[in-house]
Amino acid sequence: MQINLKVWRQENRQAIGGYKNYSVSDVSEHMSFFEMLDKLNNELVRKGEDPIAFDHDCREGICGSCGVTINGRAHGPLRGVTSCQLHMRSFKDGDTLVVEPWRAASFPVIKDLVVDRKSFDRIMESGGYVSINTGGTPDANAIPIPKIDADAAFDSATCIGCGACVAICKNSAAMLFVGAKVTQFTKLPQGKVERRERVKNMVAQMDAEGFGSCTNTGACEAECPKEISLTNIATLNKEYLKASLC
Amino acid sequence: MNWLTTFMNSSIGKKFTMGTSGLLLCLFIAQHLVGNMMLFGGEALFNSYVATLSAFKPLVRIIEVIISIIFLSHIISGIRLTLDNKRANSSSYNVNTGSETSSFSSRTMAITGSVVFIFVIMHLSTIWYRFQLVHGSGSYYDIILGDAVGFGNPIYAAFYVVAMILMGVHLKHGFQSAFQTFGVSDSRYKGLIEKMSMIFWLVIPAGFTWIALWFGFIAEAI
Ligand code: HEM
Ligand code: SF4
Ligand code: FES
Repeated sequence: MQINLKVWRQENRQAIGGYKNYSVSDVSEHMSFFEMLDKLNNELVRKGEDPIAFDHDCREGICGSCGVTINGRAHGPLRGVTSCQLHMRSFKDGDTLVVEPWRAASFPVIKDLVVDRKSFDRIMESGGYVSINTGGTPDANAIPIPKIDADAAFDSATCIGCGACVAICKNSAAMLFVGAKVTQFTKLPQGKVERRERVKNMVAQMDAEGFGSCTNTGACEAECPKEISLTNIATLNKEYLKASLC
Repeated sequence: MNWLTTFMNSSIGKKFTMGTSGLLLCLFIAQHLVGNMMLFGGEALFNSYVATLSAFKPLVRIIEVIISIIFLSHIISGIRLTLDNKRANSSSYNVNTGSETSSFSSRTMAITGSVVFIFVIMHLSTIWYRFQLVHGSGSYYDIILGDAVGFGNPIYAAFYVVAMILMGVHLKHGFQSAFQTFGVSDSRYKGLIEKMSMIFWLVIPAGFTWIALWFGFIAEAI
């Protein structure tokens, strides 16, 4: 099939970007969206043009490196899918796709579709870990954890830190990401110990990075490739209220 | 008090102010509707109801001040929230898909809230102000139904209806949103919150709307 692309091109952080139109022919519906971009980039390189820069690593939907906005939808039109796991069969012959980087003040564009997500790393550094001594690996039954908590912690831990939640939010809020990280630790005995300081530090860092305030529109939950639920934000709020006021 | 300012200036603290003040305003509109219902009891009942309230002037004044503070804190934190969020979301996408991932009411809170604000200011400067000037023989009922600033004036009545519908849209998102902000949206109270939300976004605004339609347009026509 034939795909028309309108891609955001930006030389570097300081440059003013703009859209550029491309047309890719002989696209197989079995190709992934990135393989289609690879094909286009090969053609660009052959013509001596600068290839389109985009972030990716595993291409298996597990590392969190990738992420572009396609026709205004973070990671494209499907639910629960990363950009790298999106296939061209989701589109039709002759479609025009507008491809843009994540847009948020705290995710500045580095080049083309690549954004700087170090703000997420700094939030993790501010509390997204366990610093108590947890000893060696205990027997699985040595620390009883209710199944419901173990499952909830695991669900939250599936967040890959891609930033789609921020990208789609009209407030560029990072609360789904921070909520997932806080919930994951809060549900487990080793994480509970430092819960108060953790949530206060992570929220302080999130605010310092310039992310917005959640207004509960739910767009993040709708776009998250790992289907992290809004319950994580409720847990974040509750933990923060308790740590700050009680 | 350092912890308090830290909390109040945090993203979650601002939401907390928004939610608390919003829910308190919900209580206020609920009692206001009960008062308005007295209009259906006729002139004598309504006037005696307002006169009874006026007998507790000092108490009413204190409550008015408290409500004003709640209202102002709702608006001020609403403005702060909206401006901070605009700053965080510096540039927009070429294709806007808000309608695919979020509800209409959640995306229009600042607009619906602002219309309600304009309505409240107008409401206070007309009805509330004239109520303060009534002494002894005057009729509150006549002010409400009159042609000057009451439902007898079709423009006022129509704006009343529009404002109440938009208040319903504001509360469609706002009421349940406050419980998410407090972190209790997924608790055992979930079902109760959903039922209460229906009362606040649908039943109460519909009640105000019905009163305006009835006294503004229907009662005259039949
Ligand atoms: C009778 C009047 C009003 C009532 C009962 C009311 C109620 C509420 C409630 C319950 C919330 C939800 C808080 C939360 O999400 O935690 C809210 C949010 C909000 N209100 Fe109001 N409100 C009223 C008037 C206003 C006015 C006059 C304005 C603006 C001038 C306004 C602007 C906002 C904004 C910006 C939000 C937050 C937006 C968001 O969370 O998405 N409201 N309101
Ligand atoms: S919560 Fe979802 S959208 Fe946000 S960073 Fe984690 S995986 Fe990505
Ligand atoms: S490249 Fe690893 S998740 Fe997409």
